[in-house]
Amino acid sequence: MTAVELPGAVASPRPPDEDLVLDVRDLRMRYGAVDVLHGVDLTARRGEVVALLGPNGAGKTTTIEILEGFRVPSAGTVRVLGTDPARGDERWRARLGVVLQSWRDHGKWRVRELLAHLGDFYAPYATDRSPRPWPVDELLETVGLTAHAGSRVARLSGGQRRRLDVAVGIVGRPELLFLDEPTVGFDPAARREFHELVHRLADLDETTIVLTTHDLTEAEKLADRILILADGRIIAEGSPDQLARRVAGDAEVRWTRDGERYVHATADATAFLRDLLREHGDRVRELEVRRASLEDAYLALVHEEETGIRTGRAERVWQQEANR
Amino acid sequence: MNPTTNALRTGLRRGVIELRATFTNGQDLWTYFFPTVVLLVAVFWMRGSTVPGTDFSLGARTLPSALGMGLLFGGLLGLANQLVIDREDGTLLRAKAIPDGMLGYLVGKIVLVSAVALIGVVLQLTPGLFFLDGLRLGDPGAWLTLAWVVPLGLVATLPLGAVIGSLVENPRNMGLVVMPIFGLIALSGIFYPINGLPGWLQGVAQVFPLYWLGLGMRSALLPGDLAAVELGGSWRHLETVGVLGAWALLGLVLAPVVLRRMARRESGSRVAARRERAMQRVG
Repeated sequence: MTAVELPGAVASPRPPDEDLVLDVRDLRMRYGAVDVLHGVDLTARRGEVVALLGPNGAGKTTTIEILEGFRVPSAGTVRVLGTDPARGDERWRARLGVVLQSWRDHGKWRVRELLAHLGDFYAPYATDRSPRPWPVDELLETVGLTAHAGSRVARLSGGQRRRLDVAVGIVGRPELLFLDEPTVGFDPAARREFHELVHRLADLDETTIVLTTHDLTEAEKLADRILILADGRIIAEGSPDQLARRVAGDAEVRWTRDGERYVHATADATAFLRDLLREHGDRVRELEVRRASLEDAYLALVHEEETGIRTGRAERVWQQEANR
Repeated sequence: MNPTTNALRTGLRRGVIELRATFTNGQDLWTYFFPTVVLLVAVFWMRGSTVPGTDFSLGARTLPSALGMGLLFGGLLGLANQLVIDREDGTLLRAKAIPDGMLGYLVGKIVLVSAVALIGVVLQLTPGLFFLDGLRLGDPGAWLTLAWVVPLGLVATLPLGAVIGSLVENPRNMGLVVMPIFGLIALSGIFYPINGLPGWLQGVAQVFPLYWLGLGMRSALLPGDLAAVELGGSWRHLETVGVLGAWALLGLVLAPVVLRRMARRESGSRVAARRERAMQRVG
């Protein structure tokens, strides 16, 4: 497998790690006769933003719902804040934040009223380190809803409603926050606003954030670390930079000579170019070198998933790197 | 503070907030007044008719019976409806995602649904006072009877509503619940005494809570000598407590199990799937 092992997260026996907020090993999920997750490993440390990236149907939502304690896995070891989510009690639940995709719930409630009410449930779980809940006015300010504090929830715009969802997710000052497909249906402006909000959260209080997305750009913007999930497996893992470097693969060289077009694929573009120019010199024109980008690899992956045709191109891009 | 105490208190507040919201929009207000309108129309058509074998106004007999029916509608259908809708729109999942949220949610719903049912009773009773003769509202004994029939009625119907609301996944299927209840209304002597029905049908009616809700309310609000035209010639309070108590017990045993099972299965993807379905329904 190609996943990068993290420092400190070496193979068993693993020493207990206080900083490991999330520790999942060999997670499997089967619905009837269909395997949805084939042994997913994943960890997250305190304050880290981790993106689960993958096409629809890759198993992202299933994974995150298992971590949230909303689904029970078929097999595997799952530790979220040191607890098995399937047995998580209310004290454990109080340390988590879940940002749900709201639709029309609590439509008759006023924004401030709803946040104050939901926050009340967290009051008994306050500790010296985490005063709970988040004071409503401060929270409204953080998510940019101060002007709408008195509005009815049903009257909010899509973007405002989503910010309210985030506010509900963080009203208990969670140590770990889950965001499942947070920007589906957003226009570009709302998306950017939302990204800024997530950055602000990640900077606050060392909140660990786990988000799922099928949008590579979003994962690159938000995450310290990206895990690419395809067909129930993690096929690549690393920081956006690491991943971009690892997809190198073949480069494509295009040029024209004497009015004729040429295309050549090569693993070592620099050496190829040196030879090409030495041989043909000035006759080489319109030279272009294109490296497989992270986006190419990811799009190949999405294409395979959507067409159902396994060309193996996506996995090949990752594996080439691993074999190197 | 103890988390459970906190959740009970927060749930109570939730019920009050949601109750307050029902006074501020037309749809909810209509829901409050609709049964009153129906009742007044029914009583209007019954003017001049009397309860068979007496010279007592049939309209005045219908009012307390309809109040009993209102308890069933409010308690059972009210809670079931709320659960089904809240499951579809994600309210319930939100409750599940916060600590002690389900307990708070449930307390809030019970407060809301009970309060709405009680308000319904008052709204239907008030105009009846002006149009109908013979109701013994001045009698303290009437209020004493109401004071146990109404709470017992709610305790018998709310848990059943919770069970039904947990089992019905699609709001459209609530119709499957409402239809048999309409059948039961005809059978249970709400709008007309059932003394003329075959004995076995009377037996069927007396298995279900609706008959006893109507009888209990009649026993509270009608003059004592009208007991003579009821089945068995008496208000049968002991049997009322027995049957309603049995339904309450059954509901209270079943409801926690079914509610827990329903709550356990809630997740974001289930809500998303329902949303998808509802969108197709609308669009």
